[in-house]
Amino acid sequence: MTDASIDPQVREGDASFGDYLALLKPRVMSLVVFTALVGLVAAPGSVHPFIAFCAILFIAVGGGASGALNMWYDADIDAVMKRTAKRPIPAGKVSAEEALGLGLALSGFSCVMLALATNLFSGLFLAFTIFFYVVVYTMWLKRWTPQNIVIGGAAGAFPPMIGWAVVTGSVSLESVLMFLLIFMWTPPHFWALALFMRGDYDKAGVPMLTVTHGRPATRRHILAYTVLLVPVAVGAAFTSIGGPIYLTVAVVLNAMFLWGAVRIWKRDEAASEADNYKVERWFFKLSLFYTFLHFAAIMAEALLKPYGLGGW
Amino acid sequence: MGLAHEHELHRRRKSRNIGLGGVLAGFCLLIFILTFVKVETQDIRLPAGAATETGGN
Repeated sequence: MTDASIDPQVREGDASFGDYLALLKPRVMSLVVFTALVGLVAAPGSVHPFIAFCAILFIAVGGGASGALNMWYDADIDAVMKRTAKRPIPAGKVSAEEALGLGLALSGFSCVMLALATNLFSGLFLAFTIFFYVVVYTMWLKRWTPQNIVIGGAAGAFPPMIGWAVVTGSVSLESVLMFLLIFMWTPPHFWALALFMRGDYDKAGVPMLTVTHGRPATRRHILAYTVLLVPVAVGAAFTSIGGPIYLTVAVVLNAMFLWGAVRIWKRDEAASEADNYKVERWFFKLSLFYTFLHFAAIMAEALLKPYGLGGW
Repeated sequence: MGLAHEHELHRRRKSRNIGLGGVLAGFCLLIFILTFVKVETQDIRLPAGAATETGGN
């Protein structure tokens, strides 16, 4: 007998550990971890550092579980789109049933463990977030309405509120503002990407604003959501999570963001195609820094507060 | 006769086994430390009757 008798094809059930990790969408998870951590650090009061570590871990696992359930449900459209064709299910490494099992198991596990480690409200909040992302967004609205990005943004905006709830066991104005910051930011961020990344969603039959309402309407939507975002982002500076550092960051970034949105609104397709969507690409890159720096500023205010430097 | 070279399939199985083993070991350690932290940080009191029973024997 020689090695040649082994079938060299990698089949379902032959997945490596990394393939299962890929089901949990580690890149999305990193955003969840960061924003949840900021919510937890900025909240009034404190928890034991190890409990905080466990809370962030279980929130991350919950986020990963919803990612696995999303990949299970969207396996058909993932196979069609170039960006997602290499995901474990369309690549044939993990079966859709396995992804469903892993997603359900980790969902239950993360919510129960978060409730036991911290408080019941946080566990229920995490369960609601997973339900919202998987059922409301993925199963119901994603393939039905071009406002799918807005709804998806809400699911991604809950983690800082959960982090806040870990410490306080409740919801407050500040945690709602952190939610709104991500919620209002997601549409301009994603639609800017949709303007210069054509094709994928059309092939998969997912209704994108750029296709259903046209590109000039998408440009107007980007500006409208940015205009609504600015007072939320700057207004948060005058609450207990804000301070001079946050205010400076918010004023500078929101001025830039608004300026970028106005430029996108004023452009037409001919101008964009002429310079290969230079402004749209710049705006998209800026949007990545936008959320990161806002949340980093909230964290800085909270961490400097004990030394008399952060906050008002 | 053993296989001369490790096949891709074996590498994948090995990574899965080691990965899952690591996750389980990590989870046990996590629960162990969490228990200590919970007991330490929360004011846990035995009911008066139970305290007398254990103390009385």
